[in-house]
Amino acid sequence: MTLSRGMRLALAVFTVLALVVVYTPLALVVLNSFNADRTFAWPPSELTLHWWEVAIGARGARDALWLSVEVAAVATVVALVLGTLAAMALSRFRFFGQNTVSLLIILPIALPGIVTGIALNNAFRTIFAWELGFLTIVVAHATFCIVTVFNNVQARMRRMGGNLEEASMDLGAGGFTTFRLVTFPMLRSALLAGALLAFGLSFDEIVVTTFTAGTQQQTLPLWIFNNLFRPNQAPVVNVVAAVLVVVSIVPIYFAQRLSGSHNEGLTGAR
Amino acid sequence: MLWLGVAYLGALAALFLTSLWGQNSFTGEIERTWTLDNFRTLFTLEVYRTITLRTLGIAALVTVIDAVLAFPIAFYMAKVASVRVQQLLVIAVLMPLWASYLVKAYAWRGILSDGGLIDWLGTPFGIQSPGYGITATIITLSYLWLPYMILPVFAGLERLPDSLLEASADLGAPAGQTFRRVILPMAFPALVAGSIFTFSLSLGDYIAVKIVGGANQLLGNVVYDNVGAANNLPFAAAVATIPVVVMLLYLAAVRRTGALENL
Amino acid sequence: MSKMTVLAGACALGLVLAGCGTTSETGGGGDGGGTTGPQTGARFTPPDVPMQKSLGASEDQVNILAWPGYAEDGSTDPKVDWVTPFEKETGCKANVKYFGTSDEAVTLMKTGDYDVVSASGDASLRLIAAGDVAPVNTDLVPNYKDIQPWLKDRAWNSVNGQMYGVPHGWGANLLMWRTDKVKTAPTSWGAVFEKSPPYAGAVTAYDSPIYIADAALYLMKTQPDLGIKNPYALDDKQLQASIDLLKTQRKNISEYWSDYLKEVQAFKTGNTVIGTTWQVIANLAESEKVPVKATLPEEGATGWSDTWMVGADAKNPNCAYRWMDWIAGPQVQAQVAEYFGEAPANPKACDYTTDKNFCTTYHADDKAYSEKIWYWTTPIEQCLDGRTDATCADYGRWTQAWTEVKG
Repeated sequence: MTLSRGMRLALAVFTVLALVVVYTPLALVVLNSFNADRTFAWPPSELTLHWWEVAIGARGARDALWLSVEVAAVATVVALVLGTLAAMALSRFRFFGQNTVSLLIILPIALPGIVTGIALNNAFRTIFAWELGFLTIVVAHATFCIVTVFNNVQARMRRMGGNLEEASMDLGAGGFTTFRLVTFPMLRSALLAGALLAFGLSFDEIVVTTFTAGTQQQTLPLWIFNNLFRPNQAPVVNVVAAVLVVVSIVPIYFAQRLSGSHNEGLTGAR
Repeated sequence: MLWLGVAYLGALAALFLTSLWGQNSFTGEIERTWTLDNFRTLFTLEVYRTITLRTLGIAALVTVIDAVLAFPIAFYMAKVASVRVQQLLVIAVLMPLWASYLVKAYAWRGILSDGGLIDWLGTPFGIQSPGYGITATIITLSYLWLPYMILPVFAGLERLPDSLLEASADLGAPAGQTFRRVILPMAFPALVAGSIFTFSLSLGDYIAVKIVGGANQLLGNVVYDNVGAANNLPFAAAVATIPVVVMLLYLAAVRRTGALENL
Repeated sequence: MSKMTVLAGACALGLVLAGCGTTSETGGGGDGGGTTGPQTGARFTPPDVPMQKSLGASEDQVNILAWPGYAEDGSTDPKVDWVTPFEKETGCKANVKYFGTSDEAVTLMKTGDYDVVSASGDASLRLIAAGDVAPVNTDLVPNYKDIQPWLKDRAWNSVNGQMYGVPHGWGANLLMWRTDKVKTAPTSWGAVFEKSPPYAGAVTAYDSPIYIADAALYLMKTQPDLGIKNPYALDDKQLQASIDLLKTQRKNISEYWSDYLKEVQAFKTGNTVIGTTWQVIANLAESEKVPVKATLPEEGATGWSDTWMVGADAKNPNCAYRWMDWIAGPQVQAQVAEYFGEAPANPKACDYTTDKNFCTTYHADDKAYSEKIWYWTTPIEQCLDGRTDATCADYGRWTQAWTEVKG
């Protein structure tokens, strides 16, 4: 179907407009990081670099950033391992409850965060009698990160079929060797896509984290939440957010290059 | 698998068990006496029905708005744009996901405030900012979840072979008909997949509505207030059953469309 | 073994665990359930929590749960800081967490993660009854002897003659308005309760069930035939009248606030032009060049009388005691009182305030004035005004009512 030029132009314009609207609040955030007024009066009367100076020295932000990165990294690794295992198990063995299981698997993402949050909080504190801390945050995050990895891997495995692996086994390769040399390379881009999404989800997660973090731990979203309304800290929050947006281009671009030109990797398509 | 089963499902089960218990309102301790009082209150007091309907309405509206907005963008990205532009667009759509949810909501608080960006841009045209309230909540939530709708739809449309579209044109169908008969049905599962996110995220949201929603409260707020401020976990658990039941029904209904494959 | 059996087994296991978990954490307070009215002098037996006998060496940190403005460490305003000197002097690093309402404070204290908390009257007895705070050994707090005698051994900070905290300060909830948007200065709470005020849609109120008392207070003065004697002792009819008044107010509300800085912001943009406030909020707004004024309306006001309490499971009790002593000292009391805008509990602070008339303005020495404020108290079934022929609504009922009001 060839679209008329008018149609194509209309679509292009719509997309551009939409992107403008999407980026306006972000631009506002960047602008406000230079706003001299502490409560962001609009329009900004005075611009200053003061907040950027403060931000560079802000230890709270740095600690929070580091904790978020750590949590996201560990949760992603756990998710990668468990998600892949689950996907492989599910696609290798057929059983009649399969649809129900896939329903259950997406439950952590499909149910509202607050439900997951209070359920886990309740379980951690009363059933397991754990102290809320780094571990509980990781467990909570991993629970919904598994889903993204699982989905991507499952989709890829469905496309791959089992032939190559069977062939490899027939040729005498053991299970692990097959995985290492045949399965894994084919899964790589799906794993990457899943990992990237999992990392992003964990990094920006606030609701479940509110309920599963101890008093000493502040991930970046928690730090932002606690500081957004403090007059002397709120502008620093804007600086941090501005930096995050700009810096995030790097991993996204990087992942795109690695996953090939059809963007299938990133969006988990096909 | 066991992890999901025990840790997650077990935690959920435990939570809903507490909804059947009572609470001492003075000390805030949970009393393990079996009672249906929580559910009774939930179903008899009109305010909870109002809040539930309001939340469902907002979630549905946000989903529809996002679907309508996302589709043209995703279509452009998948079928019309050149490969280079497509790559750029994917990055452009993904980047806002990394900006903190809170910062974005807070930015909208500024934009929607009296004398904020909307007022500033709109005064020559006589347009006024809707201020804080339901409209603001819908706008902000639609904004926040838009990438979650664009991505699955984009993936779904990409999967659509160009040959099908060409064949449809060859058979004489005008663009509108191709859209209705070929594209939409094939993209529908992807749309539904995206809607799972937007619907569920809106159903449980309590932060954005606190920031831009003015005096309004949604289901998420009732749950949060009862867990935090009122320390009434049993009642919060009872309220929490509502979004869970809604989502379970939604997921069951959606399973048939094959949307679950598209997540 | 098919996956389904595994899953079913997991679910069953989960349910069994659920049955064992979520235990009711009664702190040994057997009759924590049927607690009776503190104000009327009826007694309840608090759980047996041990009291600290002596002060040991400082731990290296202390977790403080405070009302915003009570434990300033320079992050709100670099010139306002009495936490850093405390850290230097005692070696206890202070981790401060703020809360917005008494309910939040009670919930947070239950986690056992905090060593010391500034509790208002509507939180203190709940904490004592639940065994979340320990009796305070006032001998270990040298500055305690200077505290106003009429703040000691009161119904909200002591049980059976045993003190459970160190009084901090007290104050009233005020009415604040934008002087440029509200033409005539209001003198009555009617300004926020009237049906169609000129600034409809721009009113604010405190987001907590305890605010119902403010409505009850207004009704106490304007509808005396309702027979309200104590805004925290409301029977069904009186409660319903208060709820109706609040529902009328709801139509004019822009936002409810519990985050004090969000209120400042709302006043600054003009989204809110009138409503309940604390003095510290008015002060902050003025420092942000927002034209506001605050006043105590003619009907009187609700207020708070705060006490520092030590957590029952405090991990850093020595630092906690040192903090309580620090904040009760005259210089620090002067700093806090002036920053927050409240009457200090330690009258010696009056010598250290930068404004020499501060204590007079805030009636710091005026016991009679202090008795006129209706301090936040937890409503209970046994009517706090002494009525025996009626049952009053308890706090659970108030919480439900509050959700109804917000709609």
